[in-house]
Amino acid sequence: MIDINTLIFLLFILALSIFLGFELISKVPSTLHTPLMSGSNAISGITLVGALISAGTDGNMISTVLGTLAVIFATINVVGGYLVTDRMLAMFKKKK
Amino acid sequence: MNTAFIINLSYIAAAILFIIGLKMLSSPLTARKGNLISAIGMFLAIVATLLTKGLSFQWIVLGIVLGSMIGIFAARLVAMTAMPEMVALLNGFGGIASLLVGWAVYHCSQTFETLTIITVFLTVLIGGVTFTGSIVAWGKLKGIFPSKPILFDGQRMINLGILIALLFSGIILIISPQTSYSTFLFIIALSFILGISSVIPIGGADMPVVISLLNSYSGLAACAAGFVIQNNILIVAGALVGASGIILTRIMCKAMNRSLSNVLFSGFGSGVKDQSSETEGEINPITIEDAYLILEAAQSVVITPGYGLAVAQAQHVVRELGELLEKNGADVKYAIHPVAGRMPGHMNVLLAEANVPYDQLVEMDDINPTMNSVDVCIVIGANDVVNPAAEDDESSPIYGMPIIEVYKAKTVFVLKRSMAAGFAGIPNKLFFNENTRMLFGDAKASISGIVSEFK
Repeated sequence: MIDINTLIFLLFILALSIFLGFELISKVPSTLHTPLMSGSNAISGITLVGALISAGTDGNMISTVLGTLAVIFATINVVGGYLVTDRMLAMFKKKK
Repeated sequence: MNTAFIINLSYIAAAILFIIGLKMLSSPLTARKGNLISAIGMFLAIVATLLTKGLSFQWIVLGIVLGSMIGIFAARLVAMTAMPEMVALLNGFGGIASLLVGWAVYHCSQTFETLTIITVFLTVLIGGVTFTGSIVAWGKLKGIFPSKPILFDGQRMINLGILIALLFSGIILIISPQTSYSTFLFIIALSFILGISSVIPIGGADMPVVISLLNSYSGLAACAAGFVIQNNILIVAGALVGASGIILTRIMCKAMNRSLSNVLFSGFGSGVKDQSSETEGEINPITIEDAYLILEAAQSVVITPGYGLAVAQAQHVVRELGELLEKNGADVKYAIHPVAGRMPGHMNVLLAEANVPYDQLVEMDDINPTMNSVDVCIVIGANDVVNPAAEDDESSPIYGMPIIEVYKAKTVFVLKRSMAAGFAGIPNKLFFNENTRMLFGDAKASISGIVSEFK
């Protein structure tokens, strides 16, 4: 399972990602804050990756059920999040 | 090349696409394309994961089909006015998904490294709090739960007790992971309770902060799940979302001149008595006909919307009025306070839905210096964000909060149902100013009335 070197490596990625996130998001104008939230919501549906593995691994009924539930919720997040963000952003128009 | 290598390469590509997608959100011109690029990244990550050897697909397909159907259905049907509720629910689903992933890993593992069980504990904790916290926020926004803060004696002690119990259970779980299944379930239950008990004391007008914070939590939960299954893409994506939520939380707190802990623990607006019956001067009501005459002569008009615009569903008639005023030769702008509405950017989305061009929406800091030269400012369903007490009344609970300085305009129209106080129950001196005219009635009906006068 997880050893100290892997942990350090993962923490390294975490630290860089957080700083990158701050840089990226602070440039988003306030007019787009709602689409930003729903869009980043869709990104947090990335848990789906973990859920797929739990749902698809044979052997244990309960963990398969838990995994499948996780797949459902994460998919709602991903599909619903991206679609609703797209619907909103399509409405943002510049003055003719 | 083996499959694991290809999968990991795809994850790197997905991370890059997420980052490019977020970068393109920095302008409304590129934002829609950015969202698409981010979605392609997600699709790539999912397809790559499905290449993992030894997966059986029947349950996966069932979950994806069900989830997609619900997701498509929800995204197509949700009204723009209900967007805060939608985002709250999505936050919650992200949290519960991470919790379930942590639980599934815990359930089927035989041996536990200490580091793994710590990450499982964190995933379940953050995921659980995010889930029930978001459900409560959703209920408050939807009006199922009272939107006023729910406060009782010893509330903070109870929350502290839950937190201590969680830490203790966590330590027991970490010391003996194999024999502590009931402790694990207890931790899930406590996390759920903590989510509920930490959001119920927060009032409806503070929802922009809560939703931003829960947004951040949903990212952090995904991030913690990434440590459980040792997956880079979860950590990168989760951290991006976590950072996003924290930035929005900070912006919202700053826009109310309050600290995060004040928002989370003070039960704002519950202690203030309704003092609006104490008159501080004359109020000047105005009829729709007179309002029309003043607007007809106005050269510059600023419209300041608040949550009441969403409640009255008045965004379309407001746009119509704006267009008529422009046709009449007036310069029309919309002044948007950062915490107007129930979530960050709420007003912008509503007005965009009604086809108001986004370059007509002006942020608080840009509109205030020009307020002196504005002929008419129309306040629709906003109260605290235009209350001059924030600037000159040190005893006011909102003292120090930056406001849209509508009182500086030559004439201010306030559209209001009655003289009842706003959410926080703080009296608003603006209503009694000499240059203020109160247009009582339903905002939508009043605006429609003015619009028909123009025709």
